[in-house]
Amino acid sequence: MLGLEKSDFRLLLLVIVLTLFAPFLLNPFPVDSTMAQFNAGYPDLMQRFVIFGIFAIGFNILFGLTGYLSFGHAAFLGAGSYAAIWMMKLLTMNVIPAIVLSIVVAGLFSLAVGFVSLRRSGIYFSILTLAFAQMSYSLAYSVLTPITGGETGLQPKIDDPRILDSVLAVGQQARANLFGLDMSTSHDLIVGGWAFTFNAGYYVAALLMVISFYISIRIFRSPFGLMLRAIKSNQNRLGYTGVSARPYTLAAFVISGMYAGLAGGLMVAMDTQAGAERMFWTASGEVVLMTILGGAGTLIGPVLGAGMIKYMENIVSKINSTVLEGWFAWMPEIIQDVVVAVVYPFVGKGWHLTLGLVFMLVVIFLPGGLMEGFRRISDRFFGGSRKTDNSTGGTTAPTAAE
Amino acid sequence: MSERNDITRRRVMKSGAAAAAAAASTPYFFTRAFADGHGYLNAPKGDTVTLGFNVPQSGPYADEGADELRAYELAVEHLNGGGDGGMMSTFSSKALKGNGILGKKVAYVTGDTQTKSDAARASARSMIEKDGAVMITGGSSSGVAVAVQALCQEAGIIFMAGLTHSNDTTGKDKKANGFRHFFNSYMSGAALAPVLAKAYGKERKAYHLTADYNWGYTTEQAVKESTEAMGWETVAAVKTPLTQTDFSSYIAPVLQSGADTLVLNHYGGNMVNSLTNAVQFGLRDKQVNGKDFQIIVPLYSRLMAKGAGANVKGIFGSTNWHWSLQDEGSKAFVKSFGTKYGFPPSQAAHTCYVQTMLYADAAERAGTFNPCGIVEALEGFEFDGMGNGKTLYRAEDHQCFKDVLVVKGKENPTSEFDLLEVVEVTPVDQVTYAPDHPQMAGGNLGTCNSGA
Repeated sequence: MLGLEKSDFRLLLLVIVLTLFAPFLLNPFPVDSTMAQFNAGYPDLMQRFVIFGIFAIGFNILFGLTGYLSFGHAAFLGAGSYAAIWMMKLLTMNVIPAIVLSIVVAGLFSLAVGFVSLRRSGIYFSILTLAFAQMSYSLAYSVLTPITGGETGLQPKIDDPRILDSVLAVGQQARANLFGLDMSTSHDLIVGGWAFTFNAGYYVAALLMVISFYISIRIFRSPFGLMLRAIKSNQNRLGYTGVSARPYTLAAFVISGMYAGLAGGLMVAMDTQAGAERMFWTASGEVVLMTILGGAGTLIGPVLGAGMIKYMENIVSKINSTVLEGWFAWMPEIIQDVVVAVVYPFVGKGWHLTLGLVFMLVVIFLPGGLMEGFRRISDRFFGGSRKTDNSTGGTTAPTAAE
Repeated sequence: MSERNDITRRRVMKSGAAAAAAAASTPYFFTRAFADGHGYLNAPKGDTVTLGFNVPQSGPYADEGADELRAYELAVEHLNGGGDGGMMSTFSSKALKGNGILGKKVAYVTGDTQTKSDAARASARSMIEKDGAVMITGGSSSGVAVAVQALCQEAGIIFMAGLTHSNDTTGKDKKANGFRHFFNSYMSGAALAPVLAKAYGKERKAYHLTADYNWGYTTEQAVKESTEAMGWETVAAVKTPLTQTDFSSYIAPVLQSGADTLVLNHYGGNMVNSLTNAVQFGLRDKQVNGKDFQIIVPLYSRLMAKGAGANVKGIFGSTNWHWSLQDEGSKAFVKSFGTKYGFPPSQAAHTCYVQTMLYADAAERAGTFNPCGIVEALEGFEFDGMGNGKTLYRAEDHQCFKDVLVVKGKENPTSEFDLLEVVEVTPVDQVTYAPDHPQMAGGNLGTCNSGA
């Protein structure tokens, strides 16, 4: 269906169902329970899950298929963000022109960067992209301050021209919207002690992620995708057979750059602010982590990796010593102090440490990422009979990550 | 992920949904802001009110963030009636009674800004959307302050800025829901200039090294304009990349330029490195134009002074507040902070503590947590007893106007906290400017947003 094999279609359906019911799945604990700390079903984080999911899906098209490790994808995300915010400042607060332009700008930018960087491969390619991204960051942070707002970034202001929008009434805010539907509109569904939040912006972003995911499946299964894999496995042999790899890698680079631009545009559409930090090299490194953590070369792995990192960043980082003391209040005081002292370095500001440990564990024991973990579990429970059955897209290329 | 696995998953989800539906006696929908009938976002339900403390816990300003958090915890303790009450007893407004705010116990959530606008906004949004915070405060850089302030304006939450010194926060990026107690670049320039003229004379040639980002620009402009008004000449102003750690290549040309004063518009690690380099180059032992060569650091903080060590001795700068001040408010604050943590508070801690108190007091006086009520209560509010003398929260730009301290590195520090000495307390009239001053131009405060 939709030009997909049955197993891929099933995977797509699974993604649709998961994104559709995310408000339920991410809020498993009642609001007033102590476990509510771990609820992730609030609009900002749900939006971030799908936006970084898109970013990682796009990155995976380049890294997972061709093996070219770009360390500069955050530059395209940033370029997309700036394009989107300028559309909102100059044209309209409607998110469609902003998102379209962000994809176009990021595409053109990645074409230029890719054209130069792809003259080299391996570590040299990585360093070139890193250099471009850091250059973009420095430009945005300092030199181009009149265009980018520098350190303080850009936000829509009351006095912006916005030629397509009607003039704001006194007291009215400039809000990102989709033909009048405010992206921050939320409805809460209260069921007993549970609260589930349905946010307009999330569903817009989720729809775009599902479309992105669909396109990514089609690319993975296309002759073009096969060619990209060929580049990864043996570029020399490809050269000897008379095929030039450059146009293919450049196309993959631009496509993944456009995905990054879409993610950047969506970030602005969901939260109207663009700043230079999102182009910093750590942001580029983050998407690499997401992809490897989830499973490079698998279809859904990068989305899981993105979700995992964003969850850590937003949930684990908010556990402070007071919260910990609350959890362990039932213990005798001395034991409580010891337990809190042991756990504390791993939560709150120590979330980086926890993430680092998880990453190390995954890389050492599950070189194929979280997807390899799932595959092993399913093998364990359903026997070896399915080992050879590459029935779902998620398992077709586990070796690609190694 | 096999076929069978998928089916189980679906079955589980189906049965889960059925169970949820059965358990729910009366599921109902509502739209956020109007949930409570009060007509403003996150109106506190029950007997607690939640504040959001959004401070850098990792990254270059983590130390400052930690001190801010200490101050917030102290403020919450005092608001809830614990401890010795700190500045509540010296505060000129007596609305606070030590029983929380409006009778509700103060609870708080914390987040890490990482000194990145995106992370700060993500953290602030989770406080607003998940934890129901009614006010966000904190931060240690202007980029974060401007970003979070804009977010709070959009969402309909009050933002009480922490440490932010750039003019933009209450200049071109000012917002009706945002308030700043900390002083700004303009005030630093205006306070420093007369002191510098007195100490170093009116005929000086200044050379600026400026960190290449917004705060650097506004500080350079402020110091340049105030010193030029006194008769100084600016020889050159050179931008240095924010990530620079070795400033030797920037300092060598200073001597060739004929300048006799170096102004370092740097903050944090930048300042520590550039000042150390300048001193190592022997700039301070040089004689140019028949005068001793001098170095100036417009914005000082204790953590920077600590980092630069002996190099700060005798170097002028400005700060918002210093723990050695002898007014009643400062003494009360230093005492309760010192009792709890064992060392004196930094200026970042002071401003954060005061901001929390001012918010709580405004809510008491307004009789509501509604942001529009708070804005009304804070606009044009005059108070005293918070460590900076008589202070005004100006209605036009939500900036506090108060005395500014000119300090210099102490020659004989007695402890690791006793690094700066107050040279002069510049009276508030000298640092006051018109709301439409060219250095602040281009902003629009807008109107208060209650999120309804």
